[in-house]
Amino acid sequence: MTPLTGYLLLSSLLFSIGLAGALTRRNAILVLIGIELMLNAANLNFIAFWRYGPHPEALTGILFTIFSISIAAAEAAVGLGIILAVYRHHKNIDLNHLNTMKG
Amino acid sequence: MHAIFFILAALTITGASAAMCLRNLIHCVLALTLGFVGLALLYLFLGAQFVSFTQILVYVGAVAILAVFAIMMTRSAGPHPQPALSSFWITGCITALATFAVLAWAIIHSNIITPTPAQPAVSTNQIGDALMHSFALPLEIMGLLLTAALIGAVIIAMPQNRSSK
Repeated sequence: MTPLTGYLLLSSLLFSIGLAGALTRRNAILVLIGIELMLNAANLNFIAFWRYGPHPEALTGILFTIFSISIAAAEAAVGLGIILAVYRHHKNIDLNHLNTMKG
Repeated sequence: MHAIFFILAALTITGASAAMCLRNLIHCVLALTLGFVGLALLYLFLGAQFVSFTQILVYVGAVAILAVFAIMMTRSAGPHPQPALSSFWITGCITALATFAVLAWAIIHSNIITPTPAQPAVSTNQIGDALMHSFALPLEIMGLLLTAALIGAVIIAMPQNRSSK
């Protein structure tokens, strides 16, 4: 098993954990955290392919990861803002009870 | 394979799975922080120092604290009488397991023949140089996106009755 295979397996396991959390938890904040975990798995893939790829001097993997982290930060801020707005309307962020988008 | 890789991978997987399994939401976010620290150490081990420190700054410093604030403001901390999992959790678990099985099968059956190159030495100087020259347009778009997200988050989270008076 090459080192790259190990990193790819770790990243796919991390992605599956995030997917399982996003699909099974009832709290909206934890669903958002599961999506963050999936984004982190993709970032690990970028770095592993940059490190073990044929052209590590091109820096593409590192720069993609930096942009991806910035997008994830923006997504977390907007997502938590939406969750706060939903909580103000419904007094509840349980996803089983949130079946309407009208205030 | 290195022993350090297995230790860091175990740390990351433990943190991530605890974040998705625990019942108390504050504990979930603390476990998530552990997973993010494990990922940052993996980046450091791979030779991407700048990304590692960015990960600690953004995820451990900002996103985890933001999630704790959101949990406290929505009063969802503490034990709950109702179950933490949704009613269709079996389908979700099967979907995640199938995804992992397909990904692992594809990774193991692909023959990666690239020889391991030497550890590349990347300085922050080089990253800043690339950001200012060949990646200048994505950097500007990212600044626009972050500004839009900042304004949008503030407007969404603002109380509604402010506009009615």
